[in-house]
Amino acid sequence: MEIERHEYDVVVIGAGGAGLRAAIEARQQGKRTAIVCKSLFGKAHTVMAEGGAAAAMGNVNSDDNWMVHFRDTMRGGKFLNNWRMAELHAKEAPDRVWELEAWGALFDRTKDGKISQRNFGGHEYPRLAHVGDRTGLELIRTLQQRVVALQQEDEKLHGDAEAYIKVFQECTITRLLKSGDAVSGAFGYWRENGRLILFDAPAVVLATGGIGKSYVVTSNSWEYTGDGHALALLAGAKLINMEFIQFHPTGMVWPPSVRGILVTESVRGDGGVLRNSEGKRFMFDYIPDVFKDKYATTEEEGDRWYTDQANNRRPPELLPRDEVARAINAEVKAGRGSPQGGVYLDVSTRLPAAEIVRRLPSMHHQFKELADVDITKEPMQVGPTCHYIMGGVEVDADTGAAAVPGLFAAGEVSGGMHGSNRLGGNSLSDLLVFGRRAGAGAAAYVDGLKARPAVSEDSVAAAKAEALAPLERAGENPYEVHQELQRTMNELVGIIRNADEVSQALEAVEKLKERAKGVGAAGGRIYNPGWHLALDLRNMLLVSECVARAALLREESRGGHTRDDFPGMSAEWRRKLLVCGASPDGSSITVEEKVQPAMRGDLIKLFDRAELKKYITEEELADFDALVRE
Amino acid sequence: MGYKAKFRVWRGEGGEGKLEDFTVEVNEGEVVLDIIHRLQATQAPDLAVRWNCKAGKCGSCSMEINGKPRLGCMTRMSTFTEDETITVTPMRTFPVIKDLVTDVSFNYQKAREIPSFTPPASVKPGEYRMQQIDVERSQEFRKCIECFMCNNVCHVIRDHEENKTNFAGPRFLMRIAELDMHPYDVADRKDAAQEEHGLGYCNITKCCTEVCPEHIKITDNALIPMKERVVDRKYDPLVWLGSKIFKRSGSGSKG
Repeated sequence: MEIERHEYDVVVIGAGGAGLRAAIEARQQGKRTAIVCKSLFGKAHTVMAEGGAAAAMGNVNSDDNWMVHFRDTMRGGKFLNNWRMAELHAKEAPDRVWELEAWGALFDRTKDGKISQRNFGGHEYPRLAHVGDRTGLELIRTLQQRVVALQQEDEKLHGDAEAYIKVFQECTITRLLKSGDAVSGAFGYWRENGRLILFDAPAVVLATGGIGKSYVVTSNSWEYTGDGHALALLAGAKLINMEFIQFHPTGMVWPPSVRGILVTESVRGDGGVLRNSEGKRFMFDYIPDVFKDKYATTEEEGDRWYTDQANNRRPPELLPRDEVARAINAEVKAGRGSPQGGVYLDVSTRLPAAEIVRRLPSMHHQFKELADVDITKEPMQVGPTCHYIMGGVEVDADTGAAAVPGLFAAGEVSGGMHGSNRLGGNSLSDLLVFGRRAGAGAAAYVDGLKARPAVSEDSVAAAKAEALAPLERAGENPYEVHQELQRTMNELVGIIRNADEVSQALEAVEKLKERAKGVGAAGGRIYNPGWHLALDLRNMLLVSECVARAALLREESRGGHTRDDFPGMSAEWRRKLLVCGASPDGSSITVEEKVQPAMRGDLIKLFDRAELKKYITEEELADFDALVRE
Repeated sequence: MGYKAKFRVWRGEGGEGKLEDFTVEVNEGEVVLDIIHRLQATQAPDLAVRWNCKAGKCGSCSMEINGKPRLGCMTRMSTFTEDETITVTPMRTFPVIKDLVTDVSFNYQKAREIPSFTPPASVKPGEYRMQQIDVERSQEFRKCIECFMCNNVCHVIRDHEENKTNFAGPRFLMRIAELDMHPYDVADRKDAAQEEHGLGYCNITKCCTEVCPEHIKITDNALIPMKERVVDRKYDPLVWLGSKIFKRSGSGSKG
């Protein structure tokens, strides 16, 4: 059978915020760019982001600046972040948000007509540019419309709208192809008709998002099957920080069919409070030592903060997400949960009904339509949900380049920026900042090539055989393997972990890998979801193995990795990254320790000694003291 | 709590197909998309359906449920009686690819025909100053999740393939209104709205507004005001008629 073949300079896999921003950049730098995405154009998971994009524009509180944002990001990630990424992110986020406005985005406004900014967990000042609680939709639509604008420009210039940037929608990439060490293309299939497709391209940008579909309770959409993570591994790149998974504290818990759907943090940013079944605002009992001096200790102080931030500390409902999620988990386990197994999140007694509907329109709509709950009149029931993976492809901070020449990654599929825990609002800004950088990195890489690498026919034949295999087998139903993987990860490598359970999970994943080899897809090649799932299983299993192996090795608790057998945070472990790689045949995962590079002097000096002392070793502290004395 | 529901689902591809009967388990709190997924997992693994977020935010799972265009993820099973047969068919205005999945490329083609946001060259990023009240009209239209159900239900094209060339559909006429009402857009969009994108075909029956899952008042707030902006240059009897029949809100003109 014929394989459809295309030649591009840059192929971007994924059409969420990072992918679109990368593609726009590559095209703006004159590269012929393909955007390949599993869903329709404009439907990617970014659309579900609610709260906003964090950028220290200082529109609401003029004390804000990139250094404050940088500090908040490092604290949120418990100092495990790639500090260069955190620096670039904090410095460049305002420009990326303002640029969206010039492309037609309409953010909510301040009284003096600037972009309004809202409070969010872990951010010292109101910092999130937003549109009600549908910021992700605004972001993706703006980028989508920017792509269209560039196509209109190309139509005028070249008579062909798709001359320089083309969207291949409902198209799945199953393999990256290499020539020698370097990327030479990508192979996949059209979901619509099952035809095979091959891209000859010297540069590939991965922007495929996360891995949530390996868990039962998740806020992630079906696309989040860890494709980019797995493609990178199989191409020889490394993944870091895979043990760190963010369980968003507030997902819906009822009805069962919507369990896990996100309830935006804006509910708390705008005044919502968490209560247990005894009516107590329990978060005051869960302020960890490292944050003791930054959070209110009484309800009165916390409430005053919403109107007077200069003289009061934040309420603990706005602690970083990992802290809040663990607290909710503990309350439910202690028997103080709500009837349906969550806790109460109440905004109805905190804001007038009209204000709730104005500020939180999609939450109001979502609860009314899906749960028969009117959030202006009664509290919501919420609980933790698998939301975001901090881990991902190890990249160069400045260019998004992975270890494999020609391979780049940006957004959730990349690792390092958020350390062990991402702050809310730092994802949308991450997509923009590093999407642009990866697009530019790919363009510069292509410019520097002497010759284009050629795709070998052998690698195409192998990719083709792999893609078609499930259709040629009469095997187990892939849905059953998927459901068992989800249960395994949810129960054994979830929010609270220990060595026994993670080991059990690894054994289970090993067995599921065997079963996955035998799954079959009934039906033909036209839009066949059973076949698609059978192929996605490989990716989910590889990624799940990375998560479990790294989780077993890291013997401490930090951010999105909590071990009840190692409950403390270890300064020694802070200096170590766990790096996952695949064996050459892709059948198993290896994990190695790597030393985290020390923070640059001017950056570490942005912190107080007293704060650093909570995170770093005596040896590092001595280096810091020497630096300060210089 | 659970019961067995009777479903009739359209199955087919390549221009042929038929309704297929299923009996399937339904549990408390479920939506139609859950039931379609259960059919995939247990009875019909190759049953094609588009979906993404399952939270009413992405607009992927548009389908017709008992003849009415709906998002599968936002249609609760509790809105039907237990003995009711629920018929699920693909959107009618667009060609079927397979089962519940249609070819919606018409919409992407129309999107590309609308000239993009055109700010004045003198304003640099970061210099934009707009009042909340001035952005709210366009913000309402930007709530659109592109489920394309308004274009699906619009009778100008629902049963008139021949009109598709000259008519952008409510979704993209609303996009023109959104840009025309943007405080910084300087393009003149009025003549093109009428002459190239078929605003005059719209006879404000409000089918689009009724079907919108985001409750955007497409007709009252986008299409009628846009018609009024056009009428400065052209006489459109429907605007006159519309102003007599329907109560308007949020209208007004930028000039």
